[in-house]
Amino acid sequence: MTQTLINIDKEREKANEHIKAQGLRVLVCAGTGCVANGSLEVIERFKKLGANVGTLTHHDKMTVVPTGCHGFCEKGVLVVIPDLDVTYVKVKPDDVEEIVESHIKEGKPVERLLYVDPKTQKHIAKNEEIGFYAKQTRTSLANCGHINAESLEEAVAVGGYAALHKVLEQNDPDAVIKEIEDSGLRGRGGGGFPTGRKWRFTAANKGGKSYVVCNGDEGDPGAFMDRSVMEGDPHKLLEGMAIAGFAIGADEAYIYVRAEYPLAIKRLRRAIADAEAAGYLGKNIMGSDFNFTIHIKEGAGAFVCGEETALIASIEGERGMPRPKPPFPANKGLFGRPTLINNVETLANVPVIISKGAKWFSSFGTEKSKGTKTFALTGEVNNTGLIEVPMGTTLREIVFDIGGGIRNGKKFKAVQIGGPSGGCLTEEHLDLPMDYDNLIAAGAMVGSGGLVVMNEDTCIVEVARFFMNFTQHESCGKCVPCREGTKNMLKILEKIVKGKGEMKDLDTLEELAHAVKDGSLCGLGKTAPNPVLSTLKYFRDEYIAHIKDKRCPAGVCSAMKTITIQEDLCKGCSKCARNCPVGAIEGELRSPFKINQEKCIKCGACLNACPFKAIKQS
Amino acid sequence: MSDIKTLTVNGKVVEFTDEPNLLEVIRKAGFSVPTFCYRPDLTQFGACRMCVVEIDGRGIQSSCTMPPEPGLVVHTNTARTRRIRKTVLELLLANHDRECTTCEKSGNCELQQYAEEYGIKDVSKYVQKKKEDYLPIDDTNPSIVRDPNKCILCGACVRACSEFQGHAVLGFANRGSNTVVQPMAGKHLANVDCVFCGQCQAVCPTGALTIKSEVNNVWSLVTNPEKKVVAQIAPSVRVALGEMFGLEPGENSISKIDTALREIGFDLVFDTNFSADLTIMEEAYEFVQRLKAGENLPLFTSCCPAWVRYLETQHPDMLNHLSSCKSPQGMLSPVLKELVPKYFDGYTKENMVVVSIMPCTAKKVEAKRYQLFGETDVVMTTQELGKMIKSAGIDFNSLEPSKPDSPFGEYSGAGTIFGASGGVAEAAVRTAYEFVTGEELKDVDIKGMRGVDKNSRTKDVELDIKGTKVKVRVVSTLKEAEKSIQEIKKGTADFQMLEVMACPGGCINGGGQPRSCDDSKIKEKRAAGLYKEDRELPVRRSHENSEIKKLYAEFLQAPGSHKAHELLHTTYADMFANSYRDLVKK
Repeated sequence: MTQTLINIDKEREKANEHIKAQGLRVLVCAGTGCVANGSLEVIERFKKLGANVGTLTHHDKMTVVPTGCHGFCEKGVLVVIPDLDVTYVKVKPDDVEEIVESHIKEGKPVERLLYVDPKTQKHIAKNEEIGFYAKQTRTSLANCGHINAESLEEAVAVGGYAALHKVLEQNDPDAVIKEIEDSGLRGRGGGGFPTGRKWRFTAANKGGKSYVVCNGDEGDPGAFMDRSVMEGDPHKLLEGMAIAGFAIGADEAYIYVRAEYPLAIKRLRRAIADAEAAGYLGKNIMGSDFNFTIHIKEGAGAFVCGEETALIASIEGERGMPRPKPPFPANKGLFGRPTLINNVETLANVPVIISKGAKWFSSFGTEKSKGTKTFALTGEVNNTGLIEVPMGTTLREIVFDIGGGIRNGKKFKAVQIGGPSGGCLTEEHLDLPMDYDNLIAAGAMVGSGGLVVMNEDTCIVEVARFFMNFTQHESCGKCVPCREGTKNMLKILEKIVKGKGEMKDLDTLEELAHAVKDGSLCGLGKTAPNPVLSTLKYFRDEYIAHIKDKRCPAGVCSAMKTITIQEDLCKGCSKCARNCPVGAIEGELRSPFKINQEKCIKCGACLNACPFKAIKQS
Repeated sequence: MSDIKTLTVNGKVVEFTDEPNLLEVIRKAGFSVPTFCYRPDLTQFGACRMCVVEIDGRGIQSSCTMPPEPGLVVHTNTARTRRIRKTVLELLLANHDRECTTCEKSGNCELQQYAEEYGIKDVSKYVQKKKEDYLPIDDTNPSIVRDPNKCILCGACVRACSEFQGHAVLGFANRGSNTVVQPMAGKHLANVDCVFCGQCQAVCPTGALTIKSEVNNVWSLVTNPEKKVVAQIAPSVRVALGEMFGLEPGENSISKIDTALREIGFDLVFDTNFSADLTIMEEAYEFVQRLKAGENLPLFTSCCPAWVRYLETQHPDMLNHLSSCKSPQGMLSPVLKELVPKYFDGYTKENMVVVSIMPCTAKKVEAKRYQLFGETDVVMTTQELGKMIKSAGIDFNSLEPSKPDSPFGEYSGAGTIFGASGGVAEAAVRTAYEFVTGEELKDVDIKGMRGVDKNSRTKDVELDIKGTKVKVRVVSTLKEAEKSIQEIKKGTADFQMLEVMACPGGCINGGGQPRSCDDSKIKEKRAAGLYKEDRELPVRRSHENSEIKKLYAEFLQAPGSHKAHELLHTTYADMFANSYRDLVKK
């Protein structure tokens, strides 16, 4: 090989010089969550005030850096100043002046903007001491929040494109596949298929045209890890795709992004343009004879397009309907050509595996699930946000250490993991090391990593109904079990939460769940019954309570609530009647009022209105 | 020849070679698995989940999409597969308009058949389709009735439309349980670019797409003493209708059909094969004229109404290529109305009703064209005639044979092969050769134009007419036709005649024929039946048909004459800009 590659080390040094020249770096999160909280205004204020920062920081200038997501979205806007070793939370535009004047100029941290530990009530300044971050190990998210997501230079400074350089220098596609195989990396999009094996299958069809496709159609309710990577560290994704393309012999690629991610699309476009201009993508990458072009395809909002064959159909311009496998995309994919489809997080793990080696990567995790996994932690925990932990971390560590425990001192009930395709885990699973195989065995799945924590006030039947409603609406309508089966399952669940269920409905529900799981064409249908099956397994008594006792144990299902006025406590003030939106409460002043149960819509307005706590709900 | 491999189905070792999927191998082994969406001539879809099988080590797979592999151990009737099929059937039935007794498809419906086979008795535990949720039925065109309340979304029609006609008139819309199949934006078929080929209906397993029936109308005509009802029967009907009475596909039953029509009450029975010969006279003449002048080439055949409509709606700029000849149906009706009163007592233009028996749903629309309006009064498909014969209580198989009435009943072998793709071109060449050279074409079998299977949808034949090279292209399906049109537009086409039939394989596989969608060999057998009749007929060239000769001698004078133009030729209209006024008008 006569190719002469560019010197990536020199490029990195140059980039680092440039970053040094920025002076004091103030990292302000510009992810979607923080932008919604006003981070753009915070950035503007910092820019205005940042002209002269004085001597204390040993910097003669200050640069405000808009970054990708830090993960701790609940506490946004997040401001991190690494040189001062401080993380500020919930920063408002009006707080900026105080941070600059007090901390940056005079060295006095702004106590009130520091994170407060929910257990100890202590103020914590250091990022790594905050419970939320302390137990995390970030690989795919390593740079998110630490670099300017719109700067190629900053990505290169932290080692970006070094892995691509390395594989081009070694020029041995097979060795790349071997490294990925050895790393034990498995698909992060849900299925958990060994990534290296997928690469090898696709590479076996080398010869004609093949494609790399990145699945960025993240659709599970509450999951946003892929968005964070695309918004916060787009170059890492592009690098991972280029390495994949080199390994399987593809020169063209698509990133399929939901149209609902405009910021991700904007940053990816910018990143592709910058990388092409710098020679890191496009023709003769880094001086080699490897060519690789990446296109962006915006999805049109169908959840099912996250299924790889539906995604392919969608790129081809067809209706997003899954196709039966086999043939697998590795043999016959996009435009009938061999196609490698990996999800965003999977590809974002590739550069670090190449750089640090399969051995390093496989030192994290469990026997069959290596590396780290991101989870979108939401629901009734104190700290919600995006986290990344080694595979095998227990649920307890995630919920109680990283998540800081259940909000308002309530009791933990369950987590729904893996979104609408996943299942419920209960208290008995708190110490289960979370990896692909353990979760499947428990009736759930890693899925994309959505993790919804539920407390004792959550009705489990309602949760099952919620997810079934989601999958029914997102079913593409192609195969009968999924289209008609989920519709009927949903109707049964609706009946039960309305207090109209019968015991034989449970049999039909279970029967259908198995038929849909067995008979559906694609992953959406095959996994759609999981929330029902796992809740039936662990919380059957709650279903029965709804059906037999017409009672919602969590007190959520409004159809089963009764609101009554206790005569002995009621003073007859009429406040409840005046607040009732449907005129269901009547009575004479100064004597006890009564609720007409037929009219009552169980909204609870009277409960809040009563000054004497005379109204009870059961 | 590919290698012979084996796999096991229900304990039986089966050999297979290049079968496209496991379902075909299972059928080869002598087992059947139910399916709604699998149609061998269409791409595999895998949607209905009825053909699921259990494979050792691979679990549940839909056999229509599974490639056969050596060593597979396949079970078709396990508890799991039967449970899936039963649930699918129950779910479909719960969401179905179950008014079976009044359904056009009753007795011929796959959903009904499987429900019976799987012993489905009660679907009340599932959400029932409610009358108030019924979607409107589309019967605004003369050809096809679309009842979305009977659609099971197997997608066969969607695939037929796009894969045969390249046209995608039908498509999926909405998501989840709201998914429907419908023409663009929920419009009526009459208001979109549908060509009414009826292939969607031919592959539909239920009553969602059916032929708009004229059976009751024809019964009232034949039982009306005031009316003189005369019939004409298209070439391909004779090799398919018998299938509805247990005959083998391809078995020629024309002599029984003629008798059956008379028993039903038709007053005279003629044969469209006669006017196929007449078409050749005019079209071969027209072709020779165009060749001489070098104008409007390639000549497009105009027998297929779906093709004509396709050009009118999609490529009106190319209508000059289209032969001005009416189709055989279109030629015979005005000839009958004009001349039957001269030959038969008691017949007048006013009391005569011409009913044509066609393999084709688009012919129903053709008869309503304003250029042809009032000539052919009623168009019935093969299927409708079969139903009529059954309802008349006629034992078809024991009927005595009879002959068509004369004149207008004699035909040549050239006329009969009109029913298969390539037949029109072959017949035209047999006559055009003699028109140009004055000599008889010795070998009338032009094998290169024949073939109706999947791989014969475009056939090129080069002919040597005494030193003049003429290239003829034969195409079936509009998807293939579109490719030829693009070649012509690009200037790369080197053929002088283009025969197009919209249905795959031609009229023998027309949208009005008895059901044939689950066996691709049926159309080959029907075509073979036509070529057999051609071989066995004493006259095999249209211009040698004695009744044709007589017609020209006594009435039409010569091909292309003024009189011939008046009766046998037509005009076309640009429907691209001014859509379908002929159809939406009630």
